[in-house]
Amino acid sequence: MSDLVLLRSIQNPEAPEVAVYETTGGYEGLRIVLRGYAPDQVVEAVKSSSLRGRGGAGFPTGLKWSFVPKDSGKPHYLCCNADEGEPGTFKDRILMERDPHQLIEGIIIAAYAIGANTAYLYIRGEYGLSIRRCEQAIAEAYAKGYLGKDILGSGFDLDIHIHKGAGAYICGEETALLESIEGKRGQPKLKPPFPAVAGLYECPTVVNNVETLACLPHLFRRGVEWFTSMGPKDGPGPKLFCFSGHVKKPGVYEAPMGLPLGEMLEVYGGGALSGRFKAAIPGGVSAPMFPENGFDVKMDFSSLAEAGSMLGSAGVIGLDESASIPRVARRITEFFSHESCGKCTPCREGLTWAAKILRRIEVGEGSPGDVEQLEMLCGSIFGKSFCALGDGAAWSLGAALKHFRHEFEALIPAQAQPVQEMRLW
Amino acid sequence: MSDDRTVAGIKTALAAQVQEAAARYPANRSAIMPALELAQTKFGSVDGTTYQAIAELLDVPEIWVFEVASFYTLFNRAEPGRYHLRLCTNISCMLRGAEEMLLELQRHLAVQDGGTTADGLFSLSGVECLGACDKAPVLMVNEDYIEDITPAKLEALLAALKREAQEPSAEEGAA
Repeated sequence: MSDLVLLRSIQNPEAPEVAVYETTGGYEGLRIVLRGYAPDQVVEAVKSSSLRGRGGAGFPTGLKWSFVPKDSGKPHYLCCNADEGEPGTFKDRILMERDPHQLIEGIIIAAYAIGANTAYLYIRGEYGLSIRRCEQAIAEAYAKGYLGKDILGSGFDLDIHIHKGAGAYICGEETALLESIEGKRGQPKLKPPFPAVAGLYECPTVVNNVETLACLPHLFRRGVEWFTSMGPKDGPGPKLFCFSGHVKKPGVYEAPMGLPLGEMLEVYGGGALSGRFKAAIPGGVSAPMFPENGFDVKMDFSSLAEAGSMLGSAGVIGLDESASIPRVARRITEFFSHESCGKCTPCREGLTWAAKILRRIEVGEGSPGDVEQLEMLCGSIFGKSFCALGDGAAWSLGAALKHFRHEFEALIPAQAQPVQEMRLW
Repeated sequence: MSDDRTVAGIKTALAAQVQEAAARYPANRSAIMPALELAQTKFGSVDGTTYQAIAELLDVPEIWVFEVASFYTLFNRAEPGRYHLRLCTNISCMLRGAEEMLLELQRHLAVQDGGTTADGLFSLSGVECLGACDKAPVLMVNEDYIEDITPAKLEALLAALKREAQEPSAEEGAA
């Protein structure tokens, strides 16, 4: 337990209070930064730490920051993405509820690095306790001089505002999140331009995930060397994993990256409810699943990418022998279909069709050719929309079809006739 | 809850708070979401009159307000029941029986998914992931999370809410 970094205060009900946070080294990282680092040096330090984003894409954080122009003449913005909505993921909620100052300190460090005097913390509307805890923490931080004008005598000013989401998964996509803060529908925009150049209000903007920002106070308090000593070289640091589904011990765990998926499911997840796993999803439902014979894959950014999946949001969902993969695929596809913002045709139409076909297969009304039709749809959706929502949907459905094709086919009545016409609407 | 749901009444009720929200952003349009939330907290739901009032308060086109209100699922465009039950049926909750529970709730309350009971007491919605997958299945009753739902727990919860609704003293506190 003493090795925990991000979750070191998780058992302490008083941890959300600033005075308690300070006794565990809180705001020391910020002091170190403001005393000894120019903004550029903060960016360089984060680059050399190889910190990668914890929101899903795993993009190198320092590199993202370095794209912010220095001479735009416009205000810069930092946005914290706390619109956690990837099914199977609940780590950011725990961080905000149990240790909000860790996040606030991280936001201040990041804002300083990119020259932002305003930061928006975008929290999904359902997370009432997270919102209250962060509001409280922000108020305490102002009172203590960690926010506002001339922070700790450094000359750096920062205001943090909370922007509440209102129930749209797509707003976790960074350009949709920015649209939402601007007061619009959360519809992603084509990149480039990237937010670092033209983001919020067309100004240079960085969007970082809660857990990513929560790493920063520790990185600067304990040093880059300490940080890079934890886990894989190309993406080190403390990491949270969420276990849910058919596991005996669901919950959020801080664990080193690079352990095999199967071992993590046993050690942290406590094993399968029914005694044996059939498959597992490693990083939220956008991440393609692994059948049990693929459980030796290592749980880090590159190993999962090489194996055709991703660490994503590190939401590990165990599926034991009782799970019907066609049903799981149907529910996941319905989710993506429901959350598609409707802007791009392949995602909007393709996912509606895919969900419809999956529903009829599940109730035994499928037809020969349905599985091929689904595969065709996956190919028509993947890579053909502005954002990654459709990609994740097609990618995860494709993996279910690939590894468990027999389960889909077994549900299609043998005597059924191939569909003569498109019965899609 | 306030009763004057005319444009003028809504503007009076919200003006100060909407202005405060708008001050957090460089553009008034950004305050549409906060304004809708404030209106919903005050009046329980949002409608055309609300959009007009917010548009006038923020000096933005009314269509901008409607676009936002109709995109985000947390804005109630119809009056919800006194207790809005939002049951997560996404994967981790589904794996622990949430879809069966939603059907059971529909039967028990005699209401469809997305509907409200005739007595106005309960609205029922099957919703996407609520981010509490370690406590699956999870249900929101208005703003509160109820975790590790079982059929027995559900039955007790519904009975308790019905009892609460019958107590005259609870009438004010529910808003």
